Amino acid sequence: MQNTLRGLLLLILIGLVAVLPFFTTDYYASLAVKIMIYALFALSLQLLVGGTGLVSLGHAAFFGIAAYFVTLLTPDTGAGNFFVLLAGALIVTMAYAAVTGALALRTKGIYFIMVTLAFAQMAYYVFHDTKVGGGTDGIYLYFRPELRIGDWTLLNIDNSYVFYLFVLGCLLLSWAFLAVLMRSRFGAALTGIRVNEQRMRAAGFSTFGYKLTAYIIAAALAGVAGFLYAAKDGYVNPELMAWEQSGLVLLMVILGGSGRLWGAIIGAVVLTMLQELFQSQSIFGEFAKNWHLPYGLAIIALVALLPNGLTGLPEQLRTRRARKAQLRAASAAQDSAS
Amino acid sequence: MDPIIFLIQCLNAIQYGLLLFLVASGLTLIFGIMGIINLAHGSFYMIGAYMAFALQPLISQYAGESFVLTLLACVALAAILGYFLEWAFYSYLYHRDHLQQVLMTFGLILVFEELRSLLVGNDVHGVPIPAWLQGSISLADVMTYPIYRLFISVVCIIVAGLLYWVLTRTRLGMMIRAGASNREMINSLGIDINRLFRIVFAMGVALAALAGAIAAPVSSVYPGMGQSVLIICFVVVVIGGIGSIRGAFLAAMLVGFVDTFGQILFPAAAGVLVYLLMAAILLFKPEGLFKQG
Amino acid sequence: MKKTFTYTALAAFFALGAAGQAHAVVKVGFMLPYSGTYAKLGEAIENGFKLYVQEQGGKLAGQEVEYFKVDDESNPSKGPENANRLVQRDQVDVLVGTVHSGVAMALAKAAKDSDTTLIIPNAGADAITGPLCSKNIFRSSFSNWQPGYAMGPVALDKGHKTAITISWNYAAGKESTDGFKESFEKGGGKVVKHLTLPFPNVEFQPLLTEIAATKPDAVYTFFAGGGAVKFVQDYYAAGLNKTIPLLGSGFLTDGTLEAQGESAQGLLTTLHYADGLNTERDNAFRESYSKNFPALPPDVYAVQGYDAAQLLAAGLKAVDGDVTKKDAMRDAMRDATIDSPRGTFKLSAAGNPVQDMYLREVQGTQNVNKGIAIKDLADPARGCKL
Repeated sequence: MQNTLRGLLLLILIGLVAVLPFFTTDYYASLAVKIMIYALFALSLQLLVGGTGLVSLGHAAFFGIAAYFVTLLTPDTGAGNFFVLLAGALIVTMAYAAVTGALALRTKGIYFIMVTLAFAQMAYYVFHDTKVGGGTDGIYLYFRPELRIGDWTLLNIDNSYVFYLFVLGCLLLSWAFLAVLMRSRFGAALTGIRVNEQRMRAAGFSTFGYKLTAYIIAAALAGVAGFLYAAKDGYVNPELMAWEQSGLVLLMVILGGSGRLWGAIIGAVVLTMLQELFQSQSIFGEFAKNWHLPYGLAIIALVALLPNGLTGLPEQLRTRRARKAQLRAASAAQDSAS
Repeated sequence: MDPIIFLIQCLNAIQYGLLLFLVASGLTLIFGIMGIINLAHGSFYMIGAYMAFALQPLISQYAGESFVLTLLACVALAAILGYFLEWAFYSYLYHRDHLQQVLMTFGLILVFEELRSLLVGNDVHGVPIPAWLQGSISLADVMTYPIYRLFISVVCIIVAGLLYWVLTRTRLGMMIRAGASNREMINSLGIDINRLFRIVFAMGVALAALAGAIAAPVSSVYPGMGQSVLIICFVVVVIGGIGSIRGAFLAAMLVGFVDTFGQILFPAAAGVLVYLLMAAILLFKPEGLFKQG
Repeated sequence: MKKTFTYTALAAFFALGAAGQAHAVVKVGFMLPYSGTYAKLGEAIENGFKLYVQEQGGKLAGQEVEYFKVDDESNPSKGPENANRLVQRDQVDVLVGTVHSGVAMALAKAAKDSDTTLIIPNAGADAITGPLCSKNIFRSSFSNWQPGYAMGPVALDKGHKTAITISWNYAAGKESTDGFKESFEKGGGKVVKHLTLPFPNVEFQPLLTEIAATKPDAVYTFFAGGGAVKFVQDYYAAGLNKTIPLLGSGFLTDGTLEAQGESAQGLLTTLHYADGLNTERDNAFRESYSKNFPALPPDVYAVQGYDAAQLLAAGLKAVDGDVTKKDAMRDAMRDATIDSPRGTFKLSAAGNPVQDMYLREVQGTQNVNKGIAIKDLADPARGCKL
């Protein structure tokens, strides 16, 4: 019964999101698309952080590489084929993940965090300093890729509402994919690696292979998000791969709660809305330009007070209540004993 | 390359490396001894520079032109700030995992930058080089080398020596090193680990601030100067081995040379070289060049 | 909990999304840096713009002006969404922005996609009035190429035959040094080396050593902001200013003289504005600006903002204040003659000012006008199809 109720609620929620653009301005519909793209990006990182216990501070590299490649591979004269471009962008992204992952996974803990950061910085500097992609000024994607097979156009994603639904669809598909993945034997192995890698190795698992596969899958999903991002605004820039972006998506995962998959989605929504809130001139007036201050404080407070993220909040409150009850019971027992 | 030019470039590399070491040493101390990843370390560098800018006119007014006095004031103020910050904020980070530390100090960077913007504004400022350090010495008729840069290198070397002496020859240093390996033991020996950590943190902040203050006359004081130093610092610390001062020194020198000669020999790839260096070293020594200590 | 959250989110959307549509008002959206290194420039541009409107009695062509602001943080990756805040959320009629070229690129795309009029009061990316030129995009400032090109004849005049160019490895630096190279080599000079370092790196020592080793007749550079301060100081400290004259685009010494002090004295730069022009128009502008903003010096950024307002006013006057007549307004803006404090100028077909480039010399904390380097210099607008 619980599950049916939950399923129903989820369907209603999805339905509401799908019809949102009819009830709000273009700006907020566009913002919703951005949130969905970042939710997909955060989900991909969640596979690494929450699923496998690998904290990467360089995940934005895959987002940016895919975004750049869809832009670079699009012909000058007209729109490219979505499937061809996606395949091309993902191949490059996954190749980069395979090489850098193989090297990075030789390190652990803080060193892993730093190495992933380093590889992201390398990608950043390639696009920032060389002629590959227009340098610091970035490049335009003039034509959104077309979803067609041969001559048959599946969906006209040039239409902004169709694109909105398409992004929503990609997000839901990826979420479903990851949910199934985590429930499979592969996912169970990842969970085991996260909990105690040594034990897994003792049990005969080649943990390196599992970790690398997870790394590549996560990179591919981040690449899809980057692809959609480039298609959305038609402008890509090296800052998409900057370490601040990697930090931002990591924040989304943690804020939402790395324990649950949908925590990443919640995190993306909350963090983006927080940014909008603090930048809003109608609420903060003159101080809106100093929005980094309340934003930074909010980040600190949220990470400090919600170590398990927003999705872990019910559990956190439950544990606290249970502990309080325990203490009360203990002191009551003491009183009655004395 | 002309041998004289080569030597001058080496001098440039060493000077850059030494300054990097000053900042990185604070970071590796905090990281290694206290186990805290502090992304806001670059902000302390910036705070030092802005302090130098703000204090210099005040000190010349009341105590006469004294650059050394300004530097000492910056170090003292930074140490006090560090002591306070540890008590107010960082002490809550010990029991948290690295990820939470990363994110909370990430938020702290935003707070520091915005506070700086509110308090001091967004202008670019200069700090004047004191008269007794102005001028340059002639290097083989090719160019002159600013005396002030030599001063920076000398100060860095002195501080490095001081640091080494404190850590290896004093009781405080002994406690610090012991606390790093075994926190509980220290506590049970009756040494107040909390105060110890507070002192270490203050030292780390003071080192970064000193670097910022001493570099201010040549690098100017501007928003975002903390961020540019931060990443390179982390690279230095990771290459050198977390917690190792010796490692930080060697790594800083390596980075200085790679960066300097990289700019001349491979200008297009200059940004990437340092990261390639880090990746290469971590492949052979996944925990950096030196172990803690 | 999920449901409550969705409802609250929807309510929040509506609350934040309420935007009124008023008439007899021109909505101007500023997308400028209000934080970070370029904050002062953003402030100066906005001040200049508002000063002109104020001088017209607070109205342009009978229309009240309503201002909207977004801080672009000089971050190009946030460019599209920041632009959308002004275009979609606030629904501005005219966009004014920005300082950073990368952000300007994002802004130009958003303006093109939504058919909003855009006036750029600083960003000099050649591409914006080049391959990306468009009927709705105007610039009241300069193109990176212009000050560079103007310095070439000056260098040749002084007898320099060889030069080294040095800048950050980004579009603005490249376009400026390319401009210099074009006119310098056209007149018989030779740029022997082009040195770059990654943006925004400010460790110049290795490259200064390179310059000293190569011994060119002169050095031409483009740096701005904090980098400009440091470069000039380092150049001076290396003793190079005595043996190898340093020439630069005006931004090397604009807004940076207080910090540079002694090291900048005597430096020659080219720009479309200078101190001590001593024309009636400029004097009136400076007096008015200083009266209204006593803490800030009237600089080229304020002039660019001021002229952006003049440009808009010219357009509005032609359509009697009716912003919906976009084509007529834009045609009028393209054809307008702007009576600017820098001197009168018109726009090229691509939308960039055709203006005099002044040669300036640093004296004290002023960039003193030493005469016109090139008169009525037009950016070649390579790649523009207009």
